[in-house]
Amino acid sequence: MDINFTPEEEAFRQEVRDFLREKLPAHMSDKVLNHKHLSKDDLVGWQKILYDKGWAAPGWPKKYGGPGWTPVQKHIFDEETALAGAPPLLPFGLAMVAPVIMNFGTEEQKERFLPRILSADDWWCQGYSEPGAGSDLASLKTRAERQGENYIVNGQKTWTTLGQYADWIFCLVRTDPDAKKQEGISFLLIDMNSPGITVRPIITLDGGHEVNEVFFDNVQVPVDNLVGEENKGWTYAKFLLGHERSGIAGVGRGKMELQRLKQIAAAERKNGKPLIDDPLFRSRVAQIEMELEALEMTDLRVIAAVQQGQSPGPEASMLKIKGTEIRQEIYHLVRQAVGPRALPFQPQALHGDTDDAVAPDYALSAAPTYFNNRKLTIFGGSNEIQKNIIAKMILGL
Amino acid sequence: MDFSLTDEQRMLQDTVERLVQDQYGFEQRRGYMQAEGGFTREMWNQFAELGLLGVPFAEELGGFGGGPVETMLVMEAFGKGLVLEPYVASVVTTGQLIADAGSDAQKSAVLEPLVSGELILAFAHGEPDNRYSNTQVATRAERSGSGYTLHGHKTVVLHGDSADRLVVSARTSGDTGDASGVSLFLVDAGAPGVSVQGYATIDGLHAAEVRLDGVQVGEDALVGAEGGAVPLIELTQDRGAFAVCAEAVGAMSVACDLTLDYLKQRKQFGVPIGSFQSVQHRMVEMRMELEQSRSATYKAAAKLDSDDPAARRRAVSIAKYQVGKGGRFVSEQSIQLHGGIGMTEEYNLSHFAKRIAMIDNQFGDADAHMDRFSEQMEVPAAG
Repeated sequence: MDINFTPEEEAFRQEVRDFLREKLPAHMSDKVLNHKHLSKDDLVGWQKILYDKGWAAPGWPKKYGGPGWTPVQKHIFDEETALAGAPPLLPFGLAMVAPVIMNFGTEEQKERFLPRILSADDWWCQGYSEPGAGSDLASLKTRAERQGENYIVNGQKTWTTLGQYADWIFCLVRTDPDAKKQEGISFLLIDMNSPGITVRPIITLDGGHEVNEVFFDNVQVPVDNLVGEENKGWTYAKFLLGHERSGIAGVGRGKMELQRLKQIAAAERKNGKPLIDDPLFRSRVAQIEMELEALEMTDLRVIAAVQQGQSPGPEASMLKIKGTEIRQEIYHLVRQAVGPRALPFQPQALHGDTDDAVAPDYALSAAPTYFNNRKLTIFGGSNEIQKNIIAKMILGL
Repeated sequence: MDFSLTDEQRMLQDTVERLVQDQYGFEQRRGYMQAEGGFTREMWNQFAELGLLGVPFAEELGGFGGGPVETMLVMEAFGKGLVLEPYVASVVTTGQLIADAGSDAQKSAVLEPLVSGELILAFAHGEPDNRYSNTQVATRAERSGSGYTLHGHKTVVLHGDSADRLVVSARTSGDTGDASGVSLFLVDAGAPGVSVQGYATIDGLHAAEVRLDGVQVGEDALVGAEGGAVPLIELTQDRGAFAVCAEAVGAMSVACDLTLDYLKQRKQFGVPIGSFQSVQHRMVEMRMELEQSRSATYKAAAKLDSDDPAARRRAVSIAKYQVGKGGRFVSEQSIQLHGGIGMTEEYNLSHFAKRIAMIDNQFGDADAHMDRFSEQMEVPAAG
């Protein structure tokens, strides 16, 4: 048993660090580290920088243009980019639709879509949730009816993250309304510029615009855009759930946020002394650091198992639950650290207009970040659903 | 990064697990507890024959040459059977202390009979007002002639009633709480002036109050340098903390398994109670605490023998904090999910629940380790 990384892995870590020092633009890391608004240009721009290096798709095999990294290398990359304040790589194209296309798509679909996902020329969004289908995803109602060489799609998707920028959406649609609910679903790729698609913003409680409703009104989709077989979409959706769940613990991101929490608590004062020296507050920070470090070991245990060819499986659900709980606690502590200065609501300052700002960025972003990240325990299968998965798959209950 | 065990380690694990499986059933354990000191010499001799008493010691001392991972494997297996023998007291803490800091004469007097099972050691450091401190030592050792005279009261000395020799912490200079001036002495438990009052602990083990009333020891009783024992005490307590973390992981895994079986068997309202979602989620949370505790204990294993004491302290504190917090959850919820049967003395679950909970009261509880971690936590400059 040796929990240390090999010299080759440490050398790889250094290579990633050197690359980040040289290539990560300061204006991007400043936004990430201070929880300011990231534009589409930032997100696309960062992926293009990685693309030039051949690192845009950490989880992809070499034959599709990925770096062919081991699970440990991928973990190191995730951690170092998070610690440096690199913008996140959006999962919808790279980590969600791409593996489905690789495994179930036609050669034409692979050639058509994968290179443009890799180079960030196409922006993808996810069309899963509907107003009546959240945790019970298989009850979705959006219909796709075959007419000649097209499907005609009618219905509504919701919680579509960053759909306002999207060129494409991958959708679960109902192609057989008479089958049992998991059996009549298909996996369809839809051009967001198709006539009949309307995107409407959903403003969340932090004032942000991340998610959207997407309406489909008689949208024509060529049958060539069906992935795999008709009515087998649920299988592909489940495949996706089991895929690309390494990194789900978000340990690197957690470490970055913890470091930031400490910096803020060192800057804030209580009775004239740094807040971080207050025994009560300091012990709360200490607790979260200890829990994060235990989670890191659990994460590494799973990664080591994957490296040896085992499937991550339901253990990833545990990582999701603990990782998101820890992140939410850190955001709570940041909000507590800035005290009454968490109250002023000046979203314009987080978009770069700081003329009238009444407090530092870290204070103005504290409450919006805290509220925004309530999403962590809801999305990607709520933490309650994750517990159901563990109860069923690991415990056999 | 590799979490797999070597062939040798897997053999050790198999040996101890088989021993526990075959000879540490619930009823068998109840029988062993009746023996003097709360364990049987027959079992202790078996440990010796299997080489378990030499696990952490160098081969030239008759040992197995194992490190923290080997100790972890032994302790985890022991935790699955709630093993009663004085392994932590004699081998893990006091024995390793002598191996590290003892004089050649002390090593040859103590370690060989320890490994062969003929001699038992205990670490007499705790005091009524000491809680989990390494420096709050009120017991005094005064220079007299060519040796020392010891006065003081050592409390809850784990397996102190079975020990042939005690390692006693006592102040040779300074005031209670000072970081320097504490020394360690190897004391014969039968020496004039030593009185030992043994008793059972609530988790089925044994401990003792040790009173030292003008105990005369020679200069050769000193372990390590005079006045410089605090780092040694801390290392010894960390080894104990680490060992009981591994024991807790074993015991928690059994408590989780027993509870899961019960949820599948016990029917109410015509269905297994494990079909209820509130119960399922509680069980999931118990398993998560178990896995987090196991992870933290692995990390402590990797850092226990680190050259950097700060790295050791940090990792041991994370593990003991996690085991304290997670162990309490598993202990309480395993009783809760069993309902009334979990409250009974005659069912094995309650014995696991007790040991898991009481491990928090040994070698520093979750709060004590949070404090220590917090004190040395790295804080970047204000940003």
